Amino acid sequence: MIEKNVYLDNAAATRMDERVLEAMTPYFFETYPVATSDFGYSLGIEAREALEYARDEIAHYIGASGEEFIFTSGSTESSNLAVKGVALALGEKKGRHIIVSAIDDFPVIHSAGSRALEKQGFSVTYLDVDHEGLVNLDRLRDSITDKTILVSIQHANQEIGTIQDIETIGRICSKKGVLFHTDATHTFTRVPLDFKKVKVDLITVSPHTIHGPKGIGGLFIRKETPITKWMDGGFQEFNLRAGLENIPGASGFAKAVELVTPEENERIKVMRDHLIDRVSAEVPDTTLNGHRSKRTPQNANITFHFVEGESITLHLDIRGFSVSTGSACFSRSLEASHVILGVGGDHERAHGSIRFSFGRYNTMEEVDRVVDTIAEVVGELRKISPLAHNKEAQK
Amino acid sequence: MTFPYNDKVLEHFRHPRNVGKIENPDGNAMEGSPACGDMVGVQIKVDPDTKQITDIKFESYGCASNIATGSIITELAKGKTIEEAKKINWKEASDALGGLPPIKAHCSVLAVEGLRSAIQNYEERHGLVKDQKPTTVEIVRRRLKKVMNPLSGLDLVRTELVKDIRVDKGTVQVTVDIPPGHQFAPNIKDEIMEKIEPLWDVKKVEVEFLE
Repeated sequence: MIEKNVYLDNAAATRMDERVLEAMTPYFFETYPVATSDFGYSLGIEAREALEYARDEIAHYIGASGEEFIFTSGSTESSNLAVKGVALALGEKKGRHIIVSAIDDFPVIHSAGSRALEKQGFSVTYLDVDHEGLVNLDRLRDSITDKTILVSIQHANQEIGTIQDIETIGRICSKKGVLFHTDATHTFTRVPLDFKKVKVDLITVSPHTIHGPKGIGGLFIRKETPITKWMDGGFQEFNLRAGLENIPGASGFAKAVELVTPEENERIKVMRDHLIDRVSAEVPDTTLNGHRSKRTPQNANITFHFVEGESITLHLDIRGFSVSTGSACFSRSLEASHVILGVGGDHERAHGSIRFSFGRYNTMEEVDRVVDTIAEVVGELRKISPLAHNKEAQK
Repeated sequence: MTFPYNDKVLEHFRHPRNVGKIENPDGNAMEGSPACGDMVGVQIKVDPDTKQITDIKFESYGCASNIATGSIITELAKGKTIEEAKKINWKEASDALGGLPPIKAHCSVLAVEGLRSAIQNYEERHGLVKDQKPTTVEIVRRRLKKVMNPLSGLDLVRTELVKDIRVDKGTVQVTVDIPPGHQFAPNIKDEIMEKIEPLWDVKKVEVEFLE
C-alpha cells in the first residue's frame, strides 16, 4: 500500500550517493593502512596521499589551501574545537567574552554556554534575532568589547534555513580584531561561500547533509588563527586534532562535495518554492518560519496553526513521508524548538512547525504528494482541535 | 515499518472515538495549555437520576498519545456512573491502550484530568459536591493556575499576572496585572469567571484589571 518512502528530512541526514561509496571502498579493502609519513611503507604513503588529495579538494572548493582545513568526526566536533579551542588559546591572553547567536545549533550554544565555557568563567552574549531569524548587526557591533575573543554565528539555520550576512559579520569582526567562526553545516556547497572574500576565520562543515558519509566532518582554520588543540594524542591534522585519520570518510567527503552542482541546487530550490507556494495557497492558517529569500535552497519550515507537530509527523509517517517538527513532543528533551521561540514565535507556533528539507533524490511528484497529504492530515487534526474551534467561534 | 506506538494506540490516534462537542453539556472542562504542548477538552451528559454518563465527547490539541488517551477515556467512561468514572486513572487508560511510552505520561494524563474535571464541573454546577470546604484564597489560586495567559501560553499564576485575590462572604475578587483595554482582557475575564463561579459557596466573581 505504501510506495517508496518519501524522505524530506535531508537537513538531519541524507541518503548516501553510490558514487560516494565507490570513492570510499578502496580505502577499506586496498589502501587500508594508516597514513604514514614520507618515510613509511608504500601502502601507508598511498593512504596519506589519498587523505591529502581529499583535503585539497575540499579546501580548494571554497578557495582555501589544504593547510587551512582539518578533518574531524563531524560538525559537532568541529564547532566544539572552534569555540573551545579559541577560548583555550585566547582566554588567558586576551579576554573571556564570546558572542553567539541565540538560534545557533547546540554544538556552538552548549560549547559556549553554561555547561562548558560559562562554567569556566567565560561570559557569553546571546544575540537575539529578528522575526525572520537575522542577527541585528548593530547589536553585534555594540556587543563586541576589548575582551571579546570570538564571534560564532552560523551561516544558515538548521531549522528555518535563514542565511546570515556573514560577509558583513566578517568585516565587523575583522575591523574589531575579533575571530569569527561560522557553522556552515547547512550551507556548504548549497550556498556559495568564498574563503578569499569572506573574512571568516573558522568554518564548520560536514558531508552528511550532502549525500556523503556520517562520522566525518571538517573545520576550516585560516592561517595564523590562534587555536589550541584539546583532542590529545598523536600529531595528526597539523597537530590540531589527534586520532587515526578516517581516510574512507575523507575520500567520501571529497566526492560528496564534487557531486553537488549549481543545477542541482537550483532544482532543489524550485521544489522547495513549489511546496511553499502550494501550502500557502491551499492550506489556511499557516506561517512560513524564516526568511522568504535569504534562505537555504533545501529548507522549508511551516507552522500549521492549531495542531501539534508530532501528530502531523506521525500521520505523515504512517502514509510514508519522513519530516521533522520543532514540537516539544517530538524531541528527546521534550523542549520546544529554541529557534522558533528565538524568532519570536510562541509555543503554539513551535508545536505546529514542520521542517521539510530537500535533497538529490526528491522529485516534484513527491512534493505534490506531500502537500496533498499534509493538507488532508492537518484538516483532520483541526477537526478535533479546540484551538481551531475557538478560532471558528471568533469569526 | 517501525512506529513509535503500538497498533492499538495508532488505531485510536488515526480514528479517535467520540470527538467534538456536546450541545449544552452537563459538565465541561479544558485542561492544559498550548505552552505545555497539549490541551484536552472533555464534555459530558449525565443522567440526572442514575448519574450515568450518557454521552461524552473530547477535543485535543496534542500529540498522538494525547489524542489516543482522549479517545480511550471516552470509551471507558461512557455508560459508567460519575462515581465509577472518577476512578479511571492513567494506568487504566494506558493499559486499555496496550501501554504508552512512559515519557509520554504527561501528555496522556491530561485526558484523564480532563474527565475528572468535567465530572467535578458537573457536580459543582448541580450542587453535588460532598465535602463542601469553604472557598479560600488558596483554592482560588489553584483554579487560576488553569487559566491561560495567551501572551505566553503559560498560566496566569505562573506568569505572575495575578496580583491579588480576595475572598469575602461569597464574593471573590481577582486583580489581574494587565490593562482593561488589552486585547486579551475579555478572554481572561471569561475564563476566570468560568473557573471560579462553579465553586459552591461563591455568589459573585469580580475581575479587576490594572491600568
